[in-house]
Amino acid sequence: MADKMHIKMTVNGEEQEFLAEPRELLIHTLRERLDITGPHIGCETTHCGACTVTIDGKSVKSCTMFVAQANGADVTTIEGIGDPDNLHVLQNAFKEHHGLQCGFCTPGMITRATKLLEENPNPTEEEVRFGMAGNICRCTGYQNIVKSILAAASEMNAAKEAAE
Amino acid sequence: MKDDVTREERVDALGGMGCKRKRVEDARFTQGKGNYVDDIKLDGMMFADFVRSPYAHARIKSINIDAAMALDGVAAVLTAEDLKPLNLTWMPTLAGDKQMVLADGKVLFQGQEVAFVVAKDRYIAADAVELVEVEYEELPVITDPFEALKSDVVLREDTVDENGTAVDGAHGPRGHHNHIFKWEMGDEPATNEVMDDAEVVAEETMYYHRTHPCPLETCGSVASMDKVNGKLTLWGTFQAPHVVRTVASLLSGIEEHNIRVVSPDIGGGFGNKVGVYPGYVCSIVASIVTGKPVKWVEDRMENLMSTAFARDYWMKGKISATKDGKITGLHCHVTADHGAFDACADPSKFPAGFMNICTGSYDIPVAYLGVDGVYTNKAPGGVSYRCSFRVTEAVYFIERMIEVLAIELNMDPAELRMKNFIKKEQFPYQAALGWEYDSGDYHTAWEKALKAVDYEGLRAEQAQRVEDFKAGKTRKLMGVGLTFFTEIVGAGPVKNCDILGMGMFDSCEIRIHPTGSAIARLGTISQGQGHATTFAQILATEIGLPADSITIEEGDTDTAPYGLGTYGSRSTPVAGAATALAGRKIRAKAQMIAAYLLEVHDDDVEFDVDRFVVKGAPEKFKTMKEIAYAAYNQAIPGVEPGLEAVSYYDPPNMTYPFGAYVCVMDIDVDTGVTDIRRFYALDDCGTRINPMIIDGQIHGGLTEALAVALGQEIAYDSLGNVKTGTLMDFFLPTAWEVPNYETDFTVTPSPHHPIGAKGVGESPHVGGVPCFSNAVNDAFKAFGLRHTHMPHDHWRIWKTANDLGLHG
Ligand code: FES
Ligand code: FES
Repeated sequence: MADKMHIKMTVNGEEQEFLAEPRELLIHTLRERLDITGPHIGCETTHCGACTVTIDGKSVKSCTMFVAQANGADVTTIEGIGDPDNLHVLQNAFKEHHGLQCGFCTPGMITRATKLLEENPNPTEEEVRFGMAGNICRCTGYQNIVKSILAAASEMNAAKEAAE
Repeated sequence: MKDDVTREERVDALGGMGCKRKRVEDARFTQGKGNYVDDIKLDGMMFADFVRSPYAHARIKSINIDAAMALDGVAAVLTAEDLKPLNLTWMPTLAGDKQMVLADGKVLFQGQEVAFVVAKDRYIAADAVELVEVEYEELPVITDPFEALKSDVVLREDTVDENGTAVDGAHGPRGHHNHIFKWEMGDEPATNEVMDDAEVVAEETMYYHRTHPCPLETCGSVASMDKVNGKLTLWGTFQAPHVVRTVASLLSGIEEHNIRVVSPDIGGGFGNKVGVYPGYVCSIVASIVTGKPVKWVEDRMENLMSTAFARDYWMKGKISATKDGKITGLHCHVTADHGAFDACADPSKFPAGFMNICTGSYDIPVAYLGVDGVYTNKAPGGVSYRCSFRVTEAVYFIERMIEVLAIELNMDPAELRMKNFIKKEQFPYQAALGWEYDSGDYHTAWEKALKAVDYEGLRAEQAQRVEDFKAGKTRKLMGVGLTFFTEIVGAGPVKNCDILGMGMFDSCEIRIHPTGSAIARLGTISQGQGHATTFAQILATEIGLPADSITIEEGDTDTAPYGLGTYGSRSTPVAGAATALAGRKIRAKAQMIAAYLLEVHDDDVEFDVDRFVVKGAPEKFKTMKEIAYAAYNQAIPGVEPGLEAVSYYDPPNMTYPFGAYVCVMDIDVDTGVTDIRRFYALDDCGTRINPMIIDGQIHGGLTEALAVALGQEIAYDSLGNVKTGTLMDFFLPTAWEVPNYETDFTVTPSPHHPIGAKGVGESPHVGGVPCFSNAVNDAFKAFGLRHTHMPHDHWRIWKTANDLGLHG
């Protein structure tokens, strides 16, 4: 067992500071140390995307990152994307278009989708399918997830236009 | 009293049956506020992990736990020796067999549970697993069921007496020590006679490969034994929490009232979470031993290696017909590989589930089904992966046999189906293998489907494609996959369906609150099907209170009425019926209250959407909201205060949803890559409760069907090593591989169900698998292919093309 490391990171805008073994996986840090249980564990091998978070502006599967690697990072999880009084457009769109069933993939899906729409605010269906291919859903068959994301994109674009 | 809203507006305001109500579950899930088993955190909670066998068959010579116990933070290491005094080394399976909880002297499959390590956190537990020293002596491995039935090697010592003679199993005599059961339905001599005299007979053997439900959330449990109060609480991924409570009580000796089982949010089940697993049992024992709450959650590799595989059926079929295509008989024999323990989750009297629905949607006068269950050195199970008890196997079998017969007859497979469908006027239809189909209108559905896809146009295009291919103008072939399926769901009548002796009824309990809102609790448990949304819709229509004012609760055995859980599409047919009937009991009492309030006789009021009105005087009424209040604040002569009801529903029959699917696929002959151009799915699930949710279920079920048909497989090498233990090797389709589906429907209500609903969650999987597979087979038909086994991954398709000489 290695010595514990002094870790500092920002999670959903809050400073966090603690001692942890460097081998601790970031998903366990979030879920078990910080009680942020929105991101889930579906595989721990970087295949399913249930653990997706945003780190320094990039989508990252937090099961495949040691906490040591996240030292100093700025982390956003589903909990930091919207709150009950101020939901993200995507959170509403997933409900509106039945983009979820068991909900286990949903936090990772929505977190990934926020980045996808930042990277490409006006995606085609094909681009959504490609851009979301790192996130597995076992329930929905994706059709309504794709629909939700496309709907959110148009809504966000319309809002942007209205603001301009 | 005046009323300025129209009747339609009142109906709309309820959000009842038939509307596309948005899901009430979604708010918490989209905000990351679900509560799944791994989210549970209790004071002082320990984390557990298994030592698993690297061998598929070996004797355990010794287990040394000293080094593990010496590790700081380790609280306990349990082995079979620790379970012996509790009589828990083995536990009963749902199939009448028994299964080792922890390896008792030997291991029978790779990944089998050998020791259970309990530690302060998951990292220490994982470290300690590495420190447990197990000495094994390898034994000969059998992974092939046909070899198992010939081999002298006794896999399970409990199958033989002291002379080495096979003793009877749970379902009668064994023909061999590695034989689990023989199950027969129908009339074999009569079937053989028909086959012998038939004008045309088609035969085929097909392997329905081993796969796995693989929900995104793996299995897990948290056990907490409160020694002060003597109460055990068990949270876990349970599709049948009440049955788990009964089993836990029988196994542990703790009285059932002292056990509370809770299924929190479940991250998909698909059959994976019906059974009782060693991890659940060990977490209970560990909590008793350590006095602390103990959490066990399997990782993905453990999930794929050890809990609940599905299928692994070798099916040998024979179908006979007249020259002009009238089917005269069907013969089916299955060799079923159950792995090391028969741990399938079927109703007790059905060791091969409802495989005897294999005559499908066709009027087949005589048939025979025989199933032989066999032990091998593979993981235990045989669960129903998104289907009702082996119905997926049955439908795949008959829909492939129809295609093979069509080839034999040189007849169009759509026409062959049409010719043999059970006719509308034949329902209720008594099938040759025992079932009584409740209702159906197959011809209408089939015609609608063929028309929607322009079937003739597709065949013309396909013929042209074959010409072009032969002329060297294209390297892509085109397949048209057809399927017409009949499911059998909603297990089931208590007279013939039980699980460990518990009749397969289900239940609903309703309490109306004074201000006109309500809570209803059911014996089922949602795993993504949206019960909190749809059951409230059923109730809204039945009791006239808005769905938004009705809370649905499931999964806590301390509060919910006893029920057999959610799998086999049984929630709507069974618990949905209980819900409607409990609602009607509420209404019956409400009628008395309304009559009292309106000062008329009970028979002079009638229910209308959200109120009782005086017959012939609709301006005189009491709304259900007013009636609810009156139930609590008025002394009504002869009527007890309060407004509650409970209903336990024992269905008189199963329900038989059906559907017509068409898949159009392009196949690149040189790479084996498939491209699904079109998928049309017509489903008839009887009365439709929420079309949005139905469509969602169909998209999801079809995608799981695509996975199974085109690549998803649990494969073993000859030493019994699992070759598909991670998501790198086990195919789960992503958004990139999945097409958009076109959904359609007809409505043929179930005549015996209170609201006519039949259930839908599994139809698309059951119908989808043969449809994708038929498309692949169909693409190569013009080049002489009769049948090729699933899964049709790129390599296998390439190989098929190569074997047919299509690579030049
Ligand atoms: S848990 Fe991280 S990708 Fe699956
Ligand atoms: S909604 Fe269940 S895994 Fe996506």
